[in-house]
Amino acid sequence: MNIVLQVWRQDSPESRGGFKTYQVKDISEEMSFLEMLDILNERLINQGEEPIAFDHDCREGICGTCGVMINGQAHGPQQGTATCQLHMRKFQDGETVVVEPWRATGFPLIRDLVVDRSAFDRIVEGGGYISVDTGSAPDANLIPIPKLVADTAFDAAACIGCGACVAACPNGAANLFTAAKISHLNLLPQGQSERWSRTENMVEIMEEFFGSCTNHGECEKACPKQISIDFIALMNADYVKAKFKNRRLVSQNG
Amino acid sequence: MTTTLESKVPSGPLADKWENHKFSVRLVNPNNKRKFKIIIVGSGLAGASAAATLGELGYNVEVFTFHDTPRRAHSIAAQGGINAAKNYHNDGDSVYRLFYDTIKGGDYRSREANVHRLAEVSLNIIDQATAQGVPFAREYGGLLDNRSFGGAQVSRTFYARGATGQQLLLGAYSALMRQVETGKVKLHTRIEMLDVVKKDGRAVGIVTRDLVTGEVKSHSAHAVVLATGGYSNAYFLSTNAMACNVSAIWRAHRQGAAFANPCYTQIHPTCIPASDEFQSKLTLMSESLRNDGRIWVPKSADDKRGPNEIPPEDRDYYLERMYPAFGNLVPRDVASRASKRMVDSGKGVGPLENGVYLDFQSAIEREGKDVIEDRYSNLFEMYNRITDENPYKVPMRIYPAPHYTMGGLWVDYNLMTTVPGLYAIGEANFSDHGANRLGASALMQGLADGYFVLPYTIGDYLADYLGDSVVPTDDPVFNEVEDAVSGRVDGYLSANGTRSVDWFHKELGKIMLDQCGMSRSESGLQKALSDIPALYEEFQSDMRVLGTNESMNQSLEKAGRVDDFFELAQAMCVDALARDESCGGHFREEFQTDEGEALRDDENFAHVASWFWTGDAGNPELVKEELEFENVALTTRSYK
Amino acid sequence: MAVTQTVEKKKRAPFPVEFYRSAVGKKWVMAITGLGIIGFAIAHMIGNLKIFLPDVDGIPDIDLYGEALRELFVPIFPEYAVLWILRTGLILMFVLHVHAAYSLTIMNRRARTTDYEGPRSYIAANYASRTMRWSGTIFLFYLLFHLADFTLGIQPAAPETWEYGEVFANFQATFDRWPVTVLYVTAAILLGIHLYHGVWSMFQSLGINNPRFNTWRRYLAGGLSVILTLGFIAPPLAVAFGVIT
Repeated sequence: MNIVLQVWRQDSPESRGGFKTYQVKDISEEMSFLEMLDILNERLINQGEEPIAFDHDCREGICGTCGVMINGQAHGPQQGTATCQLHMRKFQDGETVVVEPWRATGFPLIRDLVVDRSAFDRIVEGGGYISVDTGSAPDANLIPIPKLVADTAFDAAACIGCGACVAACPNGAANLFTAAKISHLNLLPQGQSERWSRTENMVEIMEEFFGSCTNHGECEKACPKQISIDFIALMNADYVKAKFKNRRLVSQNG
Repeated sequence: MTTTLESKVPSGPLADKWENHKFSVRLVNPNNKRKFKIIIVGSGLAGASAAATLGELGYNVEVFTFHDTPRRAHSIAAQGGINAAKNYHNDGDSVYRLFYDTIKGGDYRSREANVHRLAEVSLNIIDQATAQGVPFAREYGGLLDNRSFGGAQVSRTFYARGATGQQLLLGAYSALMRQVETGKVKLHTRIEMLDVVKKDGRAVGIVTRDLVTGEVKSHSAHAVVLATGGYSNAYFLSTNAMACNVSAIWRAHRQGAAFANPCYTQIHPTCIPASDEFQSKLTLMSESLRNDGRIWVPKSADDKRGPNEIPPEDRDYYLERMYPAFGNLVPRDVASRASKRMVDSGKGVGPLENGVYLDFQSAIEREGKDVIEDRYSNLFEMYNRITDENPYKVPMRIYPAPHYTMGGLWVDYNLMTTVPGLYAIGEANFSDHGANRLGASALMQGLADGYFVLPYTIGDYLADYLGDSVVPTDDPVFNEVEDAVSGRVDGYLSANGTRSVDWFHKELGKIMLDQCGMSRSESGLQKALSDIPALYEEFQSDMRVLGTNESMNQSLEKAGRVDDFFELAQAMCVDALARDESCGGHFREEFQTDEGEALRDDENFAHVASWFWTGDAGNPELVKEELEFENVALTTRSYK
Repeated sequence: MAVTQTVEKKKRAPFPVEFYRSAVGKKWVMAITGLGIIGFAIAHMIGNLKIFLPDVDGIPDIDLYGEALRELFVPIFPEYAVLWILRTGLILMFVLHVHAAYSLTIMNRRARTTDYEGPRSYIAANYASRTMRWSGTIFLFYLLFHLADFTLGIQPAAPETWEYGEVFANFQATFDRWPVTVLYVTAAILLGIHLYHGVWSMFQSLGINNPRFNTWRRYLAGGLSVILTLGFIAPPLAVAFGVIT
């Protein structure tokens, strides 16, 4: 099949970028979207043009490295699918496909389709962990966790940190990512000790980089792991509780 | 140059070695730990867990990853599970049984003491991960669930749906980020290590290149830990992530670290077969699928009917037929070779006739679709996305693909390489899996090294250098390496040839797959050893890398990695050629039984083949570490 | 690469300030104030519908209703007192709702300074959710007109015959002007659109999440929007088409 590719090219964060059109001929429907980009890059190198920079790694939809806007949708038209798992059979022969990087102030552009997502690391640093030094853990079966709770925690923990939620959100908000991280730990008994401080810190760090949630639900549809926005509701509830809850227990001392 | 290898395995009974060793190694006082700086390269299970733990202990740690965040490391793609001898299910498991299964699964080519230690700490790993919030699968009573895995007759594999690696890595990553927040660990992202720096024979730092700005920079430390994973991408098509490479450990090797058993590679039996020649990588389907899936091919090579039209009597469930005791759960090497034999005999299925069926029909009939969905839904969805076929209705097509490398830098019992102060952990070292790794053991080993072994043993080395400051990065030893690194980078950019780096990588991969893949022969390996240098020469003169060093340049990154693969590939072939036996993942066609099973030669090859760099990639120097088996009897592996 | 994204430690403030400073807190405030405003709107709509009731002793029922509002809790409170307490609360809710919306909009603009250049293709975000700030702003301007028209009697918003307390007469006079009728009908539709997203969104912002009832949130939002829109449209149309005289 043949497609017409309009790709965002930008040499550096400072330079002006723009769309460039490429005719990509004779590609197989069995190819993944990134393999199609590989082929285009191979052809560009042969023509003496610098290949398109794009982030990618595992190509199994789990590492979260890849991710571009394809025809105005984060990770492209197939729901529940990361860019690397999207295949060309989802496109029409002769179709024009527009490829753009994630756009968000929290994700500054590095080059072409590559953006810097380290703001996510800052959010996790704020409390996306359970403080347990190596060696201090009790036996794993000491605390039974209802299957449903463990499963729901997993649903949240499935987040691959690709940033599609931010890219898709009309407000550039990272609430789904943060909610997934927070809910994973807040749902589990092990995560209770730090529940309120975690929620407070992570939400506030998130808001330094990203926009606010106005409940469009666009993130949930873009998420390659189809993480539910119900987790955002859980996070909101926990944040409010964290702010109102009496955590100090005593306030007067002699 | 070192000519003898001292494994430093402690004396005493097997079960007490590790406990005794922990008591006998020197420790660093808590107040002194902050005076030491440790560099860790790689942020996968081994690197992240080591960095977190060393940070908790009070060391100053610097972590380097070429990814944009530590959580991208390829450990994340491990699907099936992690072994631990918890015996929660009362089916007769024990530390000793896990040890025994691992030694046997590795075809008796690993160190007893290392493997026993691995089995011992496996218990702590599960506790640690659970406490971190890793959402392992649970039963309705709320306790941890287990599944069975290839090469074992007990259920000891803990799992988190089909994403155990992801969840364990996120656990280790969260522990790491906690230390980053406290300032004990400094994180460097999108920075690739390009060489190790030595002074007076000891590792004193590394030289890196910033993948965004191209800046080449030195970093010094009291010790350097490499946790940079395996080198399956030498085959181009493998299940490894696109960026996985050998450069860190290969550069260490060139600086004097022995490379052990490079030919021990694992070809994973259950991957999705390639669909066309442009395939960029292969996707693994968790081995856990073999718990419920039955593997078969048509009995006749001429049978071109669709899978569902072939009646049971015309199907050959060859693993169940050949290995009745283990059936579809034979170890990976055995399963892979059996599939290769089927495809080679013309019974391959699928459009390119390059696969075998993995069929869930009987499991769905027996357990119900819901149960199967609960266990494997994410794998089934992934398969469907890639192939557009529905595995609930049509059997999956699978074929083996390079997946894991048991070989790696030689390390002693303390995980130190032959270069003092340079450590290798996780898949980057050669230590625990012998000639074949059992399923669900890679995660176990990576975390064992990082959480529970290295943090103890590194103190033994550091204790000697209390009070010494790190070598300043303007020392001539650093300048020299920096210059060499910059020279290499410039060399790639100025080659100005006609072919892309990827093209050469693919060609190299084809040679390696054909000659040094699932089965090897003397003539094939010799051919490879003459073809690879020729291709390498062409690579050096004819590669084309566009762009500059000063901005993000992915082909430039790749050029350095492929450069090192070319040298490694020769070492793999040399090692495979020297090992005149078949064991585990290393199958030499000349050494097989009448039934086509691997034929080991314990008399001559019960050793670790450690290779030292001589300056000529095709001609390294071999030093053997003889393996002593005091506790297990070397028998022919039988899974019948 | 060098760390480019860093976090600055913020000074701690009293908790209500800190809470409102966060976007999640602002959304919570928007949800609570939204809920209050919806409560008022429902009461207001019910009051409006009294236009359809027959006169009591020659006085229109709706005029009596107006009178009753002014005399709420009299004689415990003086005349107008409770009404003004309610009005103050209502104004406060509007101010908070609008301020939160405004500052969140600023925040969201900053979160994407370089927008997509290619066309976006939305899957979940609907017309209502994407036009909240427009439906809200336009409605706010309409409200000013409405207050001038009915409450304050400022011309030309109010009809020439406007007289304090003569609700029924004012009502008829104002909707005898067809552009005003169109304006009110449009505003009611805008309100419906705003609430269609707002009511659903309120549950999310408050963190009310129960898988058993989550699908009902959409029905509730839809139902409430339709009821309020129809309830507010009916009286003006009835006057405009001469159903009530």
